[in-house]
Amino acid sequence: MFWDFEWTFQILPDLMRGLAVTVQATLLGYLIALVLGLAIAMVRRVPVVGTAVHAVMEFVRTTPLLVQLVFVFALAPSTVSALTVGIAVLGVHYSAYTAEVYRSGIEGVARGQWEAARALSLPASRTWGAVVLPQAIRKVIPALGNYLIAMFKDTPLLLAITVVELLAMARQVGSADFRVVEAFTVVGFLFLLVSIPSAIIIRRLERRYAAV
Amino acid sequence: MPPSDASALINFDQVVKRFGDLTVLDHLDFSVAPGERVTLIGPSGSGKTTILRLLMTLEKVTEGLIEVDGEPFSHMPRGGRMVPANEAYLRPRRKRIGMVFQQFNLFPNMTVRKNLTEAPVHVLGLSRGEANARAEELLDLVGLSDKVDAHPTQLSGGQQQRVAIARALAMRPEILLLDEVTSALDPELVAGVLDVLRTVAETTDITMLCVTHEMGFARDVSHRVLMFDKGRIAEEGTPDEIFGDPREDRTKEFLRSVLDNGH
Repeated sequence: MFWDFEWTFQILPDLMRGLAVTVQATLLGYLIALVLGLAIAMVRRVPVVGTAVHAVMEFVRTTPLLVQLVFVFALAPSTVSALTVGIAVLGVHYSAYTAEVYRSGIEGVARGQWEAARALSLPASRTWGAVVLPQAIRKVIPALGNYLIAMFKDTPLLLAITVVELLAMARQVGSADFRVVEAFTVVGFLFLLVSIPSAIIIRRLERRYAAV
Repeated sequence: MPPSDASALINFDQVVKRFGDLTVLDHLDFSVAPGERVTLIGPSGSGKTTILRLLMTLEKVTEGLIEVDGEPFSHMPRGGRMVPANEAYLRPRRKRIGMVFQQFNLFPNMTVRKNLTEAPVHVLGLSRGEANARAEELLDLVGLSDKVDAHPTQLSGGQQQRVAIARALAMRPEILLLDEVTSALDPELVAGVLDVLRTVAETTDITMLCVTHEMGFARDVSHRVLMFDKGRIAEEGTPDEIFGDPREDRTKEFLRSVLDNGH
């Protein structure tokens, strides 16, 4: 038979374990990208240091993620797991993109807001935390959400550094029994199963925040 | 006549401000006494707004010195010389000055209450309760007690500007800078804002520097009017002198053009 349902159900638990790794890598990597990207966007406003950080981030942004993964994995001490390296590299790589998103949001905050904060003598922590960032981030939530999906779709690259995520798991179980069609088809569906609801949530966020 | 330097609250000493090749303020000298209300008039680009922005430290002087209360303000002494004031030096001094902007600049992500309590709590160290009481008192003054939980975007321009005045007053400033505060408003909303400022002028001894095209208001509230032209003071005097009997042709011409525009 071309398609073996029984076998498909048998491999499902393995594939779900692969999916769990994929989701874990995505969420943790995204967390890094959200926090580090924001820090980079703020530091970029500091003279000299900001220019240096910008140059590094441009380098990260213009070299392939796959190359960065393999390179860092080769250099990392063997005590660090492949998954940890993968999450760190994914996070740093995408922080170069989220930093640009945050930057556009920060630059979109009217100059008068900064001036009002200064006229009230607000300390930098309140100017950023209570005035600028709440306005800036609100505007860029949809753009940040899109990078979550982009990142999710990039996780199969982790198999290059031996992380057994969803695609790698499918390749393992599929090639063991020479049934790659079922394995990879299920992988496709599982990716859809996660990315379609995510896309819908992001679309909702977009509608909710874009109006303001 | 301007007060002598010793009693001045604000003193500009040979202040120059340039933006690139453009000289906005040209060796400007003038003083403001404590409690004095001074209106700055003149054609656009004559440097009036820049004076307010220098005092609010939104701009830095190119040359010269600004003093507040007899102390250097634009600069600070260090190692026997004067160097541009840094943030640590400015922080305690800037608190004494408040500003109301042409475009209101309320924080749109905060309610009216938050707009009024943010700085008193985080800069002056008031408790939430004290800051709230102060906010409610000031909203009462500007006639917007019912808007305490509204967001700025739900208010008209005139209401927003009255909230912005209350926000500046919540810091209990000694000096209040008013930068064309009615210029962005629809004509029917101007009177409400000016009434609030008249009340502030009558009931407090806050020193006010006011850039405005509202000549009637300037005449009512100010002790002194300075006419600016090309970064210098072209003429100064009491409101009666400037509006009733201007000496300089530039002043006459300016007043005529403002009145012709229906202000």
